[in-house]
Amino acid sequence: MEHIRMPKVENVRLLDRVSSRKAALGTLYLTATHVIFVENASETRKETWVLHSQISSIEKQATTATGCPLLIRCKNFQVIQLIIPQERDCHDVYISLIRLARPVKYEELYCFSFNPKLDKEEREQGWKFVDLNEEYNRMGIPNDYWQISDVNRDYGVCDSYPTEVYVPKSATAHIIVGSSKFRSRRRFPALSYYCKDNNASICRSSQPLSGFSARCLEDEQMLQAIRKANPGSDFLYVVDTRPKLNAMANRAAGKGYENEDNYSNIKFQFIGIENIHVMRNSLQKMLEVCELKSPSMSDFLWGLENSGWLKHIKAIMDAGIFIAKAVAEEGVSVLVHCSDGWDRTAQVCSVASLLLDPYYRTMKGFMVLIEKDWISFGHKFNHRYGNLDGDPKEISPVIDQFIECVWQLMEQFPCAFEFNERFLIHIQHHIYSCQFGNFLCNSQKERRELKIQERTYSLWAHLWKNRADYLNPLYRSNHSQTQRTLYPQMTPCNFLYKFWSGMYNRFEKGLHPRQSVTDYLMAVKEETQQLEEELEVLGERLANLQKMQLNGNKIQSKQQDRGKQLGLSASTNSLANTPQEYGSDLKSFPSRSPSQGDEDSALILTQDNLKSSDPDLSANSDQESGVEDLSCRSPSGGGCLPSEDSGKDSDEAVCLAV
Amino acid sequence: MEFAELIKTPRADNAVLHGPRCPAVRGTLCLTGHHLIFSSRRKEGGEELWLLHANIDCVEKRFVGSLGTIVIKCKDLRIIQLDIPGMEECLNIASSIEALSTLDSITLMYPFFYRPMFEVVEDGWRSYLPEQEFELLSSVTDEWRLSCANKDFSVCPTYPPVVIIPKCIDDEALRKVAVFRYGGRFPVLSYYHKKNGMVMMRSSQPLTGTNGRRCKEDEKLINATLRPGKRGYIIDTRSLNVAQQARAKGGGFEQEVYYPQWRRIHKCIERFNILQESLIKLVEACNDQSHNMDRWLSKLEASNWLTHIKEILTAACLAAQCIDREGASVLVHGSDGTDSTLQVTSLAQIILDPRCRTIRGFEALVVREWLQAGHPFQLRCAQSAYSNTKQKWEAPVFLLFLDCVWQILRQFPCSFEFNEQFLIMLFEHAYASQFGTFLGNNENERSKLKLTQKTMSLWSWVNRSEELARFKNPLFEANSLVIWPSVAPQSLQLWEGVFLRWNRPSKFLDEAQEEVLNIINYNRELQAKVNALRRQLAELETDDRMQENLTLPVMNGVSSQAGNGLTQTSLKQLPSRSWQWEGEERRKK
Repeated sequence: MEHIRMPKVENVRLLDRVSSRKAALGTLYLTATHVIFVENASETRKETWVLHSQISSIEKQATTATGCPLLIRCKNFQVIQLIIPQERDCHDVYISLIRLARPVKYEELYCFSFNPKLDKEEREQGWKFVDLNEEYNRMGIPNDYWQISDVNRDYGVCDSYPTEVYVPKSATAHIIVGSSKFRSRRRFPALSYYCKDNNASICRSSQPLSGFSARCLEDEQMLQAIRKANPGSDFLYVVDTRPKLNAMANRAAGKGYENEDNYSNIKFQFIGIENIHVMRNSLQKMLEVCELKSPSMSDFLWGLENSGWLKHIKAIMDAGIFIAKAVAEEGVSVLVHCSDGWDRTAQVCSVASLLLDPYYRTMKGFMVLIEKDWISFGHKFNHRYGNLDGDPKEISPVIDQFIECVWQLMEQFPCAFEFNERFLIHIQHHIYSCQFGNFLCNSQKERRELKIQERTYSLWAHLWKNRADYLNPLYRSNHSQTQRTLYPQMTPCNFLYKFWSGMYNRFEKGLHPRQSVTDYLMAVKEETQQLEEELEVLGERLANLQKMQLNGNKIQSKQQDRGKQLGLSASTNSLANTPQEYGSDLKSFPSRSPSQGDEDSALILTQDNLKSSDPDLSANSDQESGVEDLSCRSPSGGGCLPSEDSGKDSDEAVCLAV
Repeated sequence: MEFAELIKTPRADNAVLHGPRCPAVRGTLCLTGHHLIFSSRRKEGGEELWLLHANIDCVEKRFVGSLGTIVIKCKDLRIIQLDIPGMEECLNIASSIEALSTLDSITLMYPFFYRPMFEVVEDGWRSYLPEQEFELLSSVTDEWRLSCANKDFSVCPTYPPVVIIPKCIDDEALRKVAVFRYGGRFPVLSYYHKKNGMVMMRSSQPLTGTNGRRCKEDEKLINATLRPGKRGYIIDTRSLNVAQQARAKGGGFEQEVYYPQWRRIHKCIERFNILQESLIKLVEACNDQSHNMDRWLSKLEASNWLTHIKEILTAACLAAQCIDREGASVLVHGSDGTDSTLQVTSLAQIILDPRCRTIRGFEALVVREWLQAGHPFQLRCAQSAYSNTKQKWEAPVFLLFLDCVWQILRQFPCSFEFNEQFLIMLFEHAYASQFGTFLGNNENERSKLKLTQKTMSLWSWVNRSEELARFKNPLFEANSLVIWPSVAPQSLQLWEGVFLRWNRPSKFLDEAQEEVLNIINYNRELQAKVNALRRQLAELETDDRMQENLTLPVMNGVSSQAGNGLTQTSLKQLPSRSWQWEGEERRKK
């Protein structure tokens, strides 16, 4: 609280990104956890909530006659433009936010104050929801070839690895420790995925410290052990996910890649995925395109192309496809690494797992996958997503890219995933929100030291509780797309990779399809379920009635509430529609009656739904579309439930500030 | 002329067919007057290809030894390859295909020979007559009349015999206006917005020339559509520059001095060869299998196709906005009034009028705003993306319109009664068809060709329940509102169903469509069952009540009705609030 210089500013204007002349007047509040904008317009009192941890940059622009503009860019791709009447107030808000958006201690993060009002037991249950030992058991491990190793029990061998690591049975502690000394940050080869049908596996590590000529007997034995754990195959793929040039440059620093001559029976392969700096810049460029005001088609396509973003997504996908094919079709095990083995390696291993195993395409399985390949193997969430103030060069959208790969796959295989787009968007949101403890810190070791599980809540349990919101209506566990391996097209089907406006223009509702097929179908399915139940009840009643009529008895009628059907009616007439801006300034036409003019300007095109920090996209009806947002009546009623970072919790926050 | 003269080799055995994304098949190739037929000898699967010669856009041949290969590029953008043993046979077949696919005379086209294999329930030629449209109109307003001034096509050769014009304008004035408008295309009613009585008219450019000619009757006609004290918008689909240049050639635009109650807006929509070039580039990019990611996006960009889509949609939205939001009447024209004008007026109607989003309403729209309005289909759709001839008059104007409809459909997936397949079907039939609907350039030509007697209408075929089932959108829920599409680049996409149709794997997407259908059909099935049971119960209970003279206990208003066999429609009229309430109730449990 001591960082808040200015808890409340009145007469602030929130600009609309699409149309600059439409702005909402309201009051800005700064709380310990959120920035809140409340509109004055009495009938709506629309609120915009932004978590401090979502803020990626704050820009104070030159003061104009109307006030002092403040631009807040968020990590969930929301962009908020405010105009604060007084320069001094703006400065105070700016200084406060700079500090609030960059906490220096973990304890300042939202998850330590967030209280979903669950008791201790529920919290503990939540953390037990995803259990990696269970997952390795599901894969069929331990078995004759693989075992759990406690060599890292006190993080003594590798501090960014978990305590429990799965390695080939033939790899002794001596081999593991020896191999770890020959690998960057001691990240030795360990099991990521095992395919019990053919014994092929995916292992992961960091780069070897081979320099120009160094070798390590134990490391060679380690790879040998991995190969032998797959008796059906006489070689092992070693996939270096870096561009060859980068890998070669590393040799000068005493690092590098495996020399095929030193390792017996390996096939070495480069798959060029660029490093975190290239990816950060690429996203930056793409977001600049998304931020353009009324871009032309050419501006947009050129910008998208110049950002290189989709090319990078494809590179990650291609690497995942290569590995999945090696495992499923050739039955060959693969060792994957990049430099440190915690960014590109995590992306590629998880994409490959997702393609190989339908379990990871279920909701629970996807949580397990992120827990396995990202959280447990020490993906540096804190550094990559800037949770605490740190080196900006460490920040990079690594898991964002993985999440996008999943979305691209969902587009190509609409029936293959149990979850929908909203699930992905909410996970992305919470990776940055710091509302749950799952993604805190850079490693398991740090999380244990912070006692995360005792002090915060788990996102997985929260998502699971609301799973009805995240279901893909087209998913059927016995559908062919939910069986076995997915084989997406590799080159040259570049046109399959598309810009994801649902993510990167997430808050510009006006750009998205106005009717959601997913929500519509979910409502239909829910109704179907009720009909099934009703059918049963009616059948029984009919039988009873017939029986009783025979007996001359009267039965009490119990009616089923059929209001549910309303959920399917697509629209009501009371809704306001507003056209987009279609370019010509109709305003200057002199003869328009004032009443029309008012109406037109009062209805703002991208009047965002209330509480736009709310990850629940489903709140409210879509005012401008001409069609009511179906999701407000989605089965689980996303619109009725206040989400955790708005709702009741938010009331407290306002009180604090006022 | 006998087709036989053109077919030197009617049949080739042991030919091999390479279709898009399917394994090569060996079989027999036959040429008939209108079809290229390929059938494999295999019993199962029975691979058979029937390709209308009219669908063939271009033929290429090459030889490796005595094995000839013919590459056939179709107007529906498909590319097939035929390997034909024997150089002479191959050459003969190639030249026959070339000749048969470029017949000069319309009356030799397949529609004049086609005999339907189905029972004609409804004659499509009589499905959408202007008189019927006018009847609909006259039920809401009496300010308009049907004029038969053009019954012998003498006033305007590209207009239908009857048109709708303001009541206060007599046929004599109309003839004067026609002289003042390019090609005689005087302003006619295109759409009447019931909600506020505003109208959309369309015409061609006025012939003002460099010396600013005026025509009092034209001014009177246009002003007759305005309510007292109201003003209107003229949407000119050319840039101001182009419109000004047109004056040198005798054309021009309405000048403010003479039309003080109108405000002119220029919206630039490209025409003719620019559009054709765009299509050619786009299809080239889509068929290029070698490029990397970067080049794909830049080629897509360079084709400018999506830019045209954005421009057309924007102009249509603007017209709709003027009518619905500004409460103003609109006149739309470009230069000829046969291309961009029709794109704008027809798309604006899809945005404004829920009827145009139904199957029959959309068919009526195509008939009214494209066929009867004189869009020269014969000229525009003579060739498609693979054509080498590059004639000035070839342009994918109608395809762009369909693409724009698809864009709106994508943004409002529950508001259209028809699906993407319906639009693709119209695209195919506009370019090559067994039906006469899209033959000729205007009603005048069509009546001379006696199409209604000599050919079958596309609508006779489409509007049978067997065919309609394929074109129905299972997600459709009638939406009576105006639908405002987004025209931002992020919201517009390449129409894969047409442009990547033959290149992308569609199996998984088809499966998804099937799944959607299953979900909806199962729901409907259950609904029918439940309703039947309810009726049965209600009957039993009524009997019961009469016996016992007792009333049923009522849970709440909704359910008491529901129990008595309430229909779905009446349920839908209830406010949505109660449903949300019900949702909360359930959660509390």
